[in-house]
Amino acid sequence: MLMKLFTDFMGWIDKRLPVTDAWNKHLAQYPAPKNFNFWYFFGSLAMLVLVNQILTGIWLTMNYEPSGDGAFASIEYIMRDVDFGWLLRYMHSTGASAFFVVVYMHMMRGLMYGSYQKPRELLWIFGMLIFLVLMAEAFMGYLLPWGNMSYWGAQVIISLFGAVPIIGDDLTLWIRGDYVISGATLNRFFALHVIAMPLVLVILVFLHILALHEVGSNNPEGIDIKKPKGSVKPEELSKFTFHKQYSEKYDIVDAVPFHPYYSVKDIMGVAGFLFLFCWVMFFAPEGGGYFMEAPNFTPANGLKTPEHIAPVWYFGPFYTILRVVPDKLLGAVAMFGAIVMLFALPWFDRGTVKSVRYRSKLHLVNLIQFAICFVVLGALGTMPATPTANLIGVIASFGYFGFFIALWFYSKNENTKPVPERIAD
Amino acid sequence: MKKLIIAATFGIFVGLVALTPLSATASGPSIALDNANNDLSDKESLKKGFKTYINYCLGCHQLQYQRYNRTFTDLGIEEADGIANYMYTGDKVGGHILNSMPKKEAASWFGSAPPDLTLEARLRSPDWIYTYLRSFHIDESRPFGVNNTVFKDVGMPHVLQDLQGVSTIDEHGKLSPAMGGTLTAEEYDVVVRDLTNFLEYVGEPNKLERKALGYWVLAFLFFFFILSYFLKKEYWKDVH
Repeated sequence: MLMKLFTDFMGWIDKRLPVTDAWNKHLAQYPAPKNFNFWYFFGSLAMLVLVNQILTGIWLTMNYEPSGDGAFASIEYIMRDVDFGWLLRYMHSTGASAFFVVVYMHMMRGLMYGSYQKPRELLWIFGMLIFLVLMAEAFMGYLLPWGNMSYWGAQVIISLFGAVPIIGDDLTLWIRGDYVISGATLNRFFALHVIAMPLVLVILVFLHILALHEVGSNNPEGIDIKKPKGSVKPEELSKFTFHKQYSEKYDIVDAVPFHPYYSVKDIMGVAGFLFLFCWVMFFAPEGGGYFMEAPNFTPANGLKTPEHIAPVWYFGPFYTILRVVPDKLLGAVAMFGAIVMLFALPWFDRGTVKSVRYRSKLHLVNLIQFAICFVVLGALGTMPATPTANLIGVIASFGYFGFFIALWFYSKNENTKPVPERIAD
Repeated sequence: MKKLIIAATFGIFVGLVALTPLSATASGPSIALDNANNDLSDKESLKKGFKTYINYCLGCHQLQYQRYNRTFTDLGIEEADGIANYMYTGDKVGGHILNSMPKKEAASWFGSAPPDLTLEARLRSPDWIYTYLRSFHIDESRPFGVNNTVFKDVGMPHVLQDLQGVSTIDEHGKLSPAMGGTLTAEEYDVVVRDLTNFLEYVGEPNKLERKALGYWVLAFLFFFFILSYFLKKEYWKDVH
């Protein structure tokens, strides 16, 4: 009886909006390679953290006061007087750092298995746009508690735009909306943080997933699971039913429907992730001074500079690249250049073999040195600048940019291994 | 190959962890801090700390984000008892713990206005507070005749001097035992520990609740993980 009511209702809906079709196309009959490993958890985890940020953000907004006079006190009001306000706030602040952990792992996965290569260039570009907007979102969000590190961190980053020739000073004035960082800056950052950026972020995530489902998921072997129509013997075809959009054009092998196979697997990933997340959130929400910096427990004060201004850890790699270049303008160029390189990665890599498993030893070494340099740059970004730190920073910066340059040179005629036709069991 | 990648990833994490203390000491204080060893669950200690705060600190340092009645509830103080013994400022019991020191004048008296201390324990750490309050020494060149080894040239006088007495400092920067106070060194340490304890409480009144809830959440997630692992295994049986 109830079941019939439901089928009738869905029939009524489907005549008017293709809900069941979309469900099948993107979940229940979406062909996903059967060999996803640990690294493939981070896409769904990024989605989870995004939802966490949006929901906790909405509830924080209900009690937050975006003004120079009220912001700091309203955070303490949330921490003390709002029921479970402290939990909402820590979920949001820990979530910000978790977002970057997850996204950096997700990007590393792309690098390892060549998920940016043809035909996934646009998918990668959307991902990079998400990363860029996420950095803007996090930067603006960090000003909102209106602590002293919020203030001085924003001061340092906004002053970067002053390095732009000719229009620099006017540009910084335009961004701040005042001659110094003030309540006016706070208000516009609030507007951008709670409306503009999240909206763009959600749209980009939507496009990221649409683009993914158009070209199909890559996998740790870098082997295409979509074979030309008619090229596979019927008994070797995947035993599952896939949406006709995929199965009409291709013979699909070594795949499982995303739902329920990867939905249940991702639930396991979510459980593991939440365990670590909650561990930090309940027992060390300050993240050892990296997730919440100590000077931020005193209100913004334009006359009192913190002893050591450090950006939050996730900006560390890019901040170090900025800092090791002696010239301010060139430093800013290098910093933005570091991100441009990532955008252009699909064109730096001229190889056709995707996964590091079947690429040259040289590529493996290059990838590992890149990952190490990235982490070293990140660590240096949170430390005071000393001559030794600077020297290490310069070396690591060369390693960072060198990854792309070297890749461009060796990938054309790379000594790769033969890639199997099929994903092994 | 797979093992290499795993090894590399592991290496990165180890590197990250190894670098962490480097940066922590680089931005930390130059003087070694004593361990406050305070216990947030010790309500008697918190009450004594609260009392010391009201008697010695509140005149200059507000707790503008903390309310009286919240403090009473958390510390297990009856409201009538609280009003009679902890509230001397004529504020409402639901109001914040404020004083009436004029900020502008205060700035000219001390060099800078005495800061609010609600979040001091989060800003500087309990160990810092504990060590700071035990590190005053005679320095005739300072306006109040005392200086501090933890916070050099601090604008604050040694408010607890009648309890501790005062130390002198030798040329190596070592403090002598304090002389002339009403308490012994051990008794004074207890007073400061209770005060530190109270300030850690005020910095984050929900700290104990947070941790208590955390254990339950982690326990739940642990079982949920096991459950989800077997669920996944069950579903994937027909793939492998």
